[in-house]
Amino acid sequence: MDVLTKIPVREQDAKERAANFEEVCLGYNQEEAQAEATRCINCKNAQCVKGCPVAIDIPGFIQKVKEGNIEEAYQVISRDSALPAVCGRVCPQETQCEGRCIRGIKGDPVSIGKLERFVADWARENGIKPDVSAEKKGKKVAVIGSGPAGLTCAGDLAKMGYDVTIFEALHEPGGVLVYGIPEFRLPKKAVVAEEIENVKSLGVKIETNVVVGKSVTIDALIQEEGFEAVFIGSGAGLPKFMGIPGENSNGVFSANEYLTRSNLMKAFDGNSNTPIMHSKKVAVVGGGNVAMDAARTALRLGAEVHIVYRRSEEELPARVEEVHHAKEEGIIFDLLTNPTEILADEKGWVTGMKCIRMELGEPDASGRRRPVEIPGSEFTMELDTVIMSLGTSPNPLISSTTEGLETNKWKCIVAEESNGQTSKEGVYAGGDAVTGAATVILAMGAGKAAAKGIDEYLSNK
Amino acid sequence: MYKIVKKEELTTNIYLMDVEAARVAKTCQPGQFVIVRTDAEGERIPLTICDYDREKGTVTIVFQCVGAATHMMAELKEGDAFQDFVGPLGCPSELVKETPEALRKKKILFVAGGVGAAPVYPQVKWLHEKGVNADVIVGSKTKDLLILEKEMEAVAGNLYITTDDGSYGRSGMVTQTIKDLVAEGKQYDVCIAIGPMIMMKFVCLLTKELGIPTVVSLNPIMVDGTGMCGACRVTVGGKVKFACVDGPEFDGHGVNFDEAMRRQTLYKTEEGRAMLKLQEGDTHHGGCGNC
Repeated sequence: MDVLTKIPVREQDAKERAANFEEVCLGYNQEEAQAEATRCINCKNAQCVKGCPVAIDIPGFIQKVKEGNIEEAYQVISRDSALPAVCGRVCPQETQCEGRCIRGIKGDPVSIGKLERFVADWARENGIKPDVSAEKKGKKVAVIGSGPAGLTCAGDLAKMGYDVTIFEALHEPGGVLVYGIPEFRLPKKAVVAEEIENVKSLGVKIETNVVVGKSVTIDALIQEEGFEAVFIGSGAGLPKFMGIPGENSNGVFSANEYLTRSNLMKAFDGNSNTPIMHSKKVAVVGGGNVAMDAARTALRLGAEVHIVYRRSEEELPARVEEVHHAKEEGIIFDLLTNPTEILADEKGWVTGMKCIRMELGEPDASGRRRPVEIPGSEFTMELDTVIMSLGTSPNPLISSTTEGLETNKWKCIVAEESNGQTSKEGVYAGGDAVTGAATVILAMGAGKAAAKGIDEYLSNK
Repeated sequence: MYKIVKKEELTTNIYLMDVEAARVAKTCQPGQFVIVRTDAEGERIPLTICDYDREKGTVTIVFQCVGAATHMMAELKEGDAFQDFVGPLGCPSELVKETPEALRKKKILFVAGGVGAAPVYPQVKWLHEKGVNADVIVGSKTKDLLILEKEMEAVAGNLYITTDDGSYGRSGMVTQTIKDLVAEGKQYDVCIAIGPMIMMKFVCLLTKELGIPTVVSLNPIMVDGTGMCGACRVTVGGKVKFACVDGPEFDGHGVNFDEAMRRQTLYKTEEGRAMLKLQEGDTHHGGCGNC
């Protein structure tokens, strides 16, 4: 075995998977995992741990895998992460733990993400649950939102002995893990529902169908329902549109709507009662992970799919792995292209999209080269569907109904990075509601920091 | 689960249900709506709140069977439960924000069309409780399809009923009754029109001409109802709004009704297929174009 090269992970064949919603990556088996684990040199001053927003003892769990003691490896990860089967699948490891791995200087870094996934899947298949705290603090904490930030915060607080209730606006817990990320990247029943069960097994209660700000306010939770602290992990909800003519035509969707119909409402499956448009030719506007998810979903529903992005491939914000998978499956990338108008027939149905070619100019404030229009390069794409994947902004439902909760000019809730403390006493926040759209693991890191902050606050109260 | 404590067929295909939903009943206001699901595979269906009982913790909904999802709702019996019942969603009616004194000085006209009488009712009732008597026009295709007549009579200042076929009350569309009332010398400071999109469009065209500010309540296609998906976007006064969080009530004179009506047809084919599948049940073998 060449120690410089990682053990490859098995994947579903690209042609085959382009027509189904089964998981793309098949993961390691125990033999492969143990072989990969031997590549870890167990650094004393482990850089990978510093790259992990929730600071998992990575060399610690990998040593256990090396020894073949997978159950202990799981307990090592569980001390710091409530959602290892999720993180092993959707974390951008290449810029975090694996990006700092010493092995990566000369050769491939250790496949930390795939090892984490293997350990979490093994634990689930063998009925292993995270250790439960015996201590009870007798204090109630409310967590708003059951996405990655909320689940992590709730799990950590429950482990410390707090009585935690999560309030979820939708009918199913999981937040973006359920409505946003597709089945073929993150199986809902097998992985997400099981990890949520694990959080519940720590004693966390989940009340669905509660829209905080509408069904109940934060002040009512504190004053009438006896919660002594509140964590807001409500995510970044509102989809952005371009503001170009024709955007309200039939066949233009936000990526949020398209993905929610397919993922949360299971519209991809014939048994669901929620409809989704079965398109022939789709343009997904945007280049992030959500754009890739929407494009690959539309492809699986039978469409020819184009990614339309105004910068070049180098600037695509999506993970390299996602772009690679999308290309393998047959997604067409129309880069340096920007839509200017959506065309529709007399009944309002999309027939096409006017675009203009772009070139890269001087760097802008973000440091990326600014795309500028090439005069006279307009052209029209024929389409029946356009999916706008331009990012999201925070939902004002909570900030507008909670007195004394400070927000910034982007309407994000202002919170201390180190402990999640907001401008309102006893109220903490983290995840996309604070940062704007980011990643699952960053939200988890914020949930974890806030759990510590809440514990300090309630311990001194 | 959210138990159905009362079910009543108001008229053919229009049902009323009282549902146990303590959180919604505690905080809801006239003008707001809920989203319900019948079962684990069910669609999320938005419905305007028709009434509520804060003490009993129940919320009243009224719905008309128009597709597969509402037919499945109609199959639920007293004692059964909804899988999900979430709310209150959307903004309360603008009227709720005004003082009773200010409201008593206003001449208010409600115009309800068909099942639109249900969302109009809580607003008229709320005003009545504040000592404000509003005029109400209820339009229906025929006498048989008229709903909530007695309830409305008890809380309205003057109730004017009109049927398209003249089988009861006045004859003709609601717009004719508005014209007649104004011709009789009635003056109104504000009109609230709730009903089918096409009715609201024509009421707004008329009230614009008559110079009566008009509020409409829109019920476009929605998924989550919290602002997340943007399916419910409507153009009002040239600006794009999300009906679920910015509405559901809007200035009717600014609404682009033609666009809103086009957007309502988005899933018509899919809905038709679902209905066919539901009606044919186990005997469904193709014919819907989907299988």
